[in-house]
Amino acid sequence: MTALAETARRVPIRPSTSWIVPLALVGVCVFLVVGSLQSALFAQQVISGLANGGIYASLAVALVLIYRATEVINFAQGAIATFTTYVAWQLIDWGLSYWPAFALTLGIAFVGGFALELVAIRPVERRGSQLTVVIAAIGLLILVEGSVGWIWGNGVKFMPAPFPSHIYYLGGVAFSRQDLSTIAISIASVVLLWAFFQFTKVGLAMRAAAVRPEAARLVGVRVSWMLSLGWGLAAVLGAVAGMMAAASPSVLLQPSMMDGILIYAFAAAVIGGLESAAGAVIGALLIGVLLNLLGSYVSWVTPQLLLPAAFVVMLVVLLVKPSGLFGRTRVRKV
Amino acid sequence: MRPSRSTSFGIAVTLAVAIAIALIPYTLSDYNRSTGATVAVYFVAILALNIVTGYTGQISIGHGAFMALGGYATAILTHSHGWNDIATLPVAAAVGFAAGVVVGLPALRLHGVYLALTTFAVALAVPQLAKNYPGFTGGTQGLALPTHTGLWLYDVGWAVAGVMFVVAWLLLRGRTGRAFRAVRDSEVAAASSGVTLAVYKTVAFGVSAAMAAVAGSIYVLVNNFVNPDVFGLTLSLYILIGAVVGGLGSLWGVLIGAAFVQLLPLGLTSNSIGSSQSVPVIFGAVVIVVMALLPLGAANLLRPVLLFGSKTGQHPKTPDTPLGTEGR
Repeated sequence: MTALAETARRVPIRPSTSWIVPLALVGVCVFLVVGSLQSALFAQQVISGLANGGIYASLAVALVLIYRATEVINFAQGAIATFTTYVAWQLIDWGLSYWPAFALTLGIAFVGGFALELVAIRPVERRGSQLTVVIAAIGLLILVEGSVGWIWGNGVKFMPAPFPSHIYYLGGVAFSRQDLSTIAISIASVVLLWAFFQFTKVGLAMRAAAVRPEAARLVGVRVSWMLSLGWGLAAVLGAVAGMMAAASPSVLLQPSMMDGILIYAFAAAVIGGLESAAGAVIGALLIGVLLNLLGSYVSWVTPQLLLPAAFVVMLVVLLVKPSGLFGRTRVRKV
Repeated sequence: MRPSRSTSFGIAVTLAVAIAIALIPYTLSDYNRSTGATVAVYFVAILALNIVTGYTGQISIGHGAFMALGGYATAILTHSHGWNDIATLPVAAAVGFAAGVVVGLPALRLHGVYLALTTFAVALAVPQLAKNYPGFTGGTQGLALPTHTGLWLYDVGWAVAGVMFVVAWLLLRGRTGRAFRAVRDSEVAAASSGVTLAVYKTVAFGVSAAMAAVAGSIYVLVNNFVNPDVFGLTLSLYILIGAVVGGLGSLWGVLIGAAFVQLLPLGLTSNSIGSSQSVPVIFGAVVIVVMALLPLGAANLLRPVLLFGSKTGQHPKTPDTPLGTEGR
């Protein structure tokens, strides 16, 4: 166990020479809190932005999970999330009530993600480069999204709402139960995952396999199974994101449901540094709140411009810090 | 200097392929000729991506965006300003070159997967921008273009493809191409040998984007219509799939890749194997299988055949890990 713990210790992260990132984050928080105290409308926009951000966070953490293990961006993550959401819809349509269907879907997602890694990714990974694996993931995206349309048709389905539409009032600010529950469930799933990695032996083995595969193999970790396990867990997080998105009134359950959300999750993961789950969560919440505020306060930012806006935010962060806010800086001398 | 045996062999094969391509349309229906023109579009786009990704090692998932710029340049000039459509191609190339240089600048600072995701975001953002300014681009309604016969489209498409192929070949065989490959294989070694990274990366992006823009122009001519959905995400993904399936860093792979992404889905649709619903499922599965069996692309299979004429039979270096593995 100690050898395993030793292996799992991260490659030394450069001590953060910049205090700018924490300072900027504190500044953003102060701005949001002061704004919320000043205006009830602002507070509501922040809350619903956090709810969107929670959805992006689940998916972004799923991306980080796979990226840390294999340095591959899983382009199929959104399509897999959509697929599992359709599975949940199907279960409910067959007569299950919402929460049993939710739990069952998470189980199916885990098995499905595990199986996809085994069938589609592992044979490619054995011989190919990372680019080959990325192409396989893109193939998977086309395959999974296509099979959603094939099985369930391209029309819009209606997912029953899991939460009663109740609104709480606090100091003149209306909090919808929908938003609060979405935030709670997204954050809870990320925290559960963190606890799994931090406190269980399997989690430790997975971290070891991700950081130093050879050393992990030497102390008896079956690295390739850890990768499959990572895909399974990522699919579970994706399923949470998908079902939370489908519960939101602004998202329709259709084959392309997660396309936009996947992009925001990409941006969030990149802002966070791609290797840090906490960074991805912070990035996701930032993106969610920022886009909501832009959409409601800046008149010329039409819904079409939200996606380019997320891109601009991502680009600005990358140009200032090329490996994201919390990424490992690799020393390059050229 | 007398051309080496392998060069003459390569030229002979190229000429044979060119003659075949020139003769094929006379056996096709007019509809299939315009399909052939679409293969030419993919050929040029994949060739463009190959310059920046296959030869210079900078991953781009955003070439659909450059195609969109070229396509819109052609559409706006012909539709709103009455230009002749062939005359718009140089303009499209110039617009593409400028855009490529602009995108290439952040590429100096971003590496591997960060660059890939940034270009991916460009590919998604450009159609949204086109939707947002309908007065200029026709919005989601789109713009109509003059119609042409399938034979005209085929001839123009493949003539442009031929010109682009020669340009790429001339660019890649000499000093510039060596510098590109040096950047791909090791930036440190390239810089130490006097290759200015900033210049060559920006040039690679500019030339590549200019070619992609021309591909976009031909694409809208074939469709005789343009709207933002024409240049959706799928297009960028298909170009990347074509480049990798064909074989990065190989000019031969480009033709195979173009045929793969354009003709395979069509072939599946026209046979009884696939309904329009199941085609993406089969196509995605085929992509995964190809990646499992031929991780270096189809050109790798052809290599022994193509090297038959060369005395030494040396294997050109293939990009082993172009995606963000440096520093590991």
